[in-house]
Amino acid sequence: MDGAGQLAFESVACVRGGRLLFQDFSLSLAAGDAALLRGPNGVGKSSLLRLAAGLLEPASGLITHQGRFALADEALALDPRQTLRNALLFWARLDANAERDLMDALGTMGIEHLASVPVRMLSTGQRKRATIARVIASGADVWLLDEPGNGLDKDALTLLDAAMAVHRVGGGIVLAASHQPLGLDGAKYITLGAP
Amino acid sequence: MSVFLTLIKRDVRHAFAGGGITLPVIFFLLVATLYPFGVGPDGALLSKTGGGVLWIAALLASLLPIDRLIGPDADGGVLDQLAVRGISDEAIGAAKIISHWLTFGPSLLLATIPAAGLLRLDSETFWRIEAGLVLGTPGLAALSVMIAALTAGLRSAGALGGMLLLPLAVPLLIFGAGSLDPAGGSAFKLLGAVSLLLCALGPFAAGAAIKAMRS
Repeated sequence: MDGAGQLAFESVACVRGGRLLFQDFSLSLAAGDAALLRGPNGVGKSSLLRLAAGLLEPASGLITHQGRFALADEALALDPRQTLRNALLFWARLDANAERDLMDALGTMGIEHLASVPVRMLSTGQRKRATIARVIASGADVWLLDEPGNGLDKDALTLLDAAMAVHRVGGGIVLAASHQPLGLDGAKYITLGAP
Repeated sequence: MSVFLTLIKRDVRHAFAGGGITLPVIFFLLVATLYPFGVGPDGALLSKTGGGVLWIAALLASLLPIDRLIGPDADGGVLDQLAVRGISDEAIGAAKIISHWLTFGPSLLLATIPAAGLLRLDSETFWRIEAGLVLGTPGLAALSVMIAALTAGLRSAGALGGMLLLPLAVPLLIFGAGSLDPAGGSAFKLLGAVSLLLCALGPFAAGAAIKAMRS
């Protein structure tokens, strides 16, 4: 991470399946910033994260960014037959990161003892921890987290909060959508779908 | 480039682990074994028609792993994660085509040796088939990945993929079977041309299909 992350939405509108989800959405996040998206189901929180990641095109408006992204959504994106370590190593290789960083990330989420367990044997909460470990290990500047607290126990939530704090101190950005309260000090709270 | 190689390595390893290599070969050899039972032990008839049968068997064998090429990666979020890392959908398509060819092309070429024996093919026909398969299987791989990307996420992707792929593979079959004729030198050229066209189109068509899946 080079610590120069930046993410900005300028009056962005999002249309999915012919339906307008939101419009005139603006947000600017600089290094160390965090924002927490809230709002009822189906209001477009996940779509907003996918817009930021470049997986969707905005119907109008402009999205600019600097630095690399890491996305954690409901899809695990780890090969179920492989061990957790090897499945994560695939992404570490693509990101040109060292294996040591990966093991550190596993340690950060308290799952280093699962490194040799096949991904398909993991529980829901362990999968979520693995998803977050993938994000931590990516070394990306901008973290896009979709309901990162789902399925996590109290200990894991504490670990997640600590990881996000460390990331922001290092100049990283966190944009999260969550119904649960997350420990993001000084984050911008954004409620989508508010009149 | 190392990103590209990492993608190919992953897919080839998947195919090894998931039977993506053995299944097409076993299927190919089964057809070569069953065909003599179907038409009777007439050596002259077998060696006359065997080449065409092997071409059809190769076509169908390449079709077998089609529902595993793109679908699981699309469902598992792997394609999204690759896109987030700035890897283009066309590069993903190209990597998939190369890795698919690596997993079924060379093994099919090897399996042709016993299959030619089972069908009593003479050595000239055998070499014509091998040369034709070398030219044609990359085109088949490109076609399979295109169709796999188009049908990914649909419930009966395998069956639908077959319906879509087989008509499009007709040119490969015509020129492949045509190249078995001792006077079929131009058929080799046309086979190569069709295969090249499919390989050139493949990454872009597969990439467009992956992109369309996302919106």
